[in-house]
Amino acid sequence: MVMSSSLWTDNFHDFYVDREQERCIQCLVCVRQCPYEANVYREAAGVVDSVHKNCTGCHRCESLCPTRCITIRTNPSEFRPHANWQPREIKNIYKQARTGGVLLTSTGCELPYPNYFDRILIDACQVTNPSIDPLREPMELRTYIGRKPEKLEFERTETGEVRLKTEIAPQLKCEVPILFSAMSYGAVNLNFCEALAMTAKEVGTYWNTGEGGLHRKLYPYGDHTIVQCASGRFGVSKTYLGTSAAIEIKIGQGAKPGIGGHLPGEKVNRDISETRMIPVGSDAISPAPHHDIYSIEDLRQLIFALKEATDYEKPVFVKIAAVHNSAAIASGIARAGADAIVIDGFRGGTGATPLMIRDNVGIPIELAIAAVDDLLRAQGIRNEVSLIAAGGIRNSADVVKIIALGADAVYIGTAAKIAVGCTVCQRCYTGKCPWGITTNDPRLAKRLNVEIAAEQLTNLIHGWAHEIKEMMGLMGINAIESLRGNRERLRGVGLTDRELNILGIKHAGE
Amino acid sequence: MGCGLCLVACVVEHSKTKDILMAYKQETPRPTPRNVVEEGEEGACFSLQCRHCQEPDCVDACVNGALYIDNGVIKVNKDHCVACWMCVMACPYGCIYREEREGSWNSNKCDLCPGRDVPACVEICPNRALVYEER
Repeated sequence: MVMSSSLWTDNFHDFYVDREQERCIQCLVCVRQCPYEANVYREAAGVVDSVHKNCTGCHRCESLCPTRCITIRTNPSEFRPHANWQPREIKNIYKQARTGGVLLTSTGCELPYPNYFDRILIDACQVTNPSIDPLREPMELRTYIGRKPEKLEFERTETGEVRLKTEIAPQLKCEVPILFSAMSYGAVNLNFCEALAMTAKEVGTYWNTGEGGLHRKLYPYGDHTIVQCASGRFGVSKTYLGTSAAIEIKIGQGAKPGIGGHLPGEKVNRDISETRMIPVGSDAISPAPHHDIYSIEDLRQLIFALKEATDYEKPVFVKIAAVHNSAAIASGIARAGADAIVIDGFRGGTGATPLMIRDNVGIPIELAIAAVDDLLRAQGIRNEVSLIAAGGIRNSADVVKIIALGADAVYIGTAAKIAVGCTVCQRCYTGKCPWGITTNDPRLAKRLNVEIAAEQLTNLIHGWAHEIKEMMGLMGINAIESLRGNRERLRGVGLTDRELNILGIKHAGE
Repeated sequence: MGCGLCLVACVVEHSKTKDILMAYKQETPRPTPRNVVEEGEEGACFSLQCRHCQEPDCVDACVNGALYIDNGVIKVNKDHCVACWMCVMACPYGCIYREEREGSWNSNKCDLCPGRDVPACVEICPNRALVYEER
């Protein structure tokens, strides 16, 4: 690969740092805060200048400028309009012509594929069926994740008391049906992991280690931790598995279905090396497949190996990306003995993924959950697994809709990051996150104050929980259990018969 | 995290107008901050201002009685300061600064923002790195 020295594309930058010079007081806050050097101080001229080509549109400088003199704009310069050759396509070709590399990006798919959440409306009670006021009446959001028995059997003890005879599989008790999705230590820093763990404990839910292992400092949060066992097996040990509430086998990820991961060696510092159990400075490569899983039978072996290692005390999840035949795969996973299936839609985020894969592979979570729920019900095995939806959940209404489509709970990742400052600039892969989230540079990581982050995350979950209760109340539902798979309370707008059929909902007006 | 907003807040609080643009653009000489952000290795940053010591070396060192303790807060009587800089030399934290005022010089330091419940630098800190408490 030859790196071309041509710089003629530099002026075709995406963003424009608009600085009102008459309001700039040269305090240099923006200069100190921009890790990409888009704000520079020209000492000889005594002015702060903008290097537009370096700007990633993260808005860090704009948010901290004490005189509000900075506005980040999309570059107003335009190419000749062409429906096929949009600026995005042109600029991508320029980049590749220069570097010869794969285009990298972060977060979830940014292309405007149809968003079914925005085409589904929720029903409300009027006159004939009373709605419920969640401030006056109890409203149950508690959700149990895990395998449910087909039926309950009871027996009478010698003393005449009635006792449950059926053995119940391990369950994960969530006070809200919202969990934090897998974000590995390495991709994000320890401050963010700790804030997630603190929040999970505070609100009675769970956070997920991703494939980065569990740092010693976070062992006290084990009861609220889902530990992941991914294809790289980083940080997996008996202690790791034992220090958890549940175990998740990661097969795929919505932002990059079917491909592995790569944490560059330069990011593997001492703490990350100890947590991942790999040498300092070595690349952490997660293979695309698990090299010991090539069939549902192989998956069953791993599920039971993990259950055996933890005395059958912890539920085992299997996470897959939402792809064309998710439903059949999910059925296989249920039969392989998983306690929960996580489906990650194509809008799910990531720290680093090839652009073409992020934007062109996978299917929407709304369709995947509906299809999986349908098939599992048709086969009579829906009770054997819980379904967790992930990938692109933006607000409490999305949570309500996806649960009504058939999910038990949701995972949120990008939403959690936004709660602590992320502006979705999609440059996590540079490791220079200006908000101190997806960086392990100590200078940048300290921008994320664990205490503040945990407060904001807690507020977010409380806010969403409150809204979910309000929406359940207006539907006349007082327990989240009654909402699950309750597609009769959803209506589509502007959807084709085929789409409505897959979603299993009626059109508005029907 | 080394953003330096505490320095800006200090300048504005101790300006004549308390208006950020006026303080920086119009006032001459421009008020100087009474704190400093020290930067070290591995991203270490520390916003440093007067510790208001219980047994302050600066007050002992002052030859003209310009530095005094008022209800636990160490203050400068600028009319008495003769700009000998003995306090600057004596302060173990380097928290006393030289300031030009109406053509003459005097020492200047953190006064804990009289009239405010919480000093301006603490209030502006976006990362709660600065906390105001008595020890």
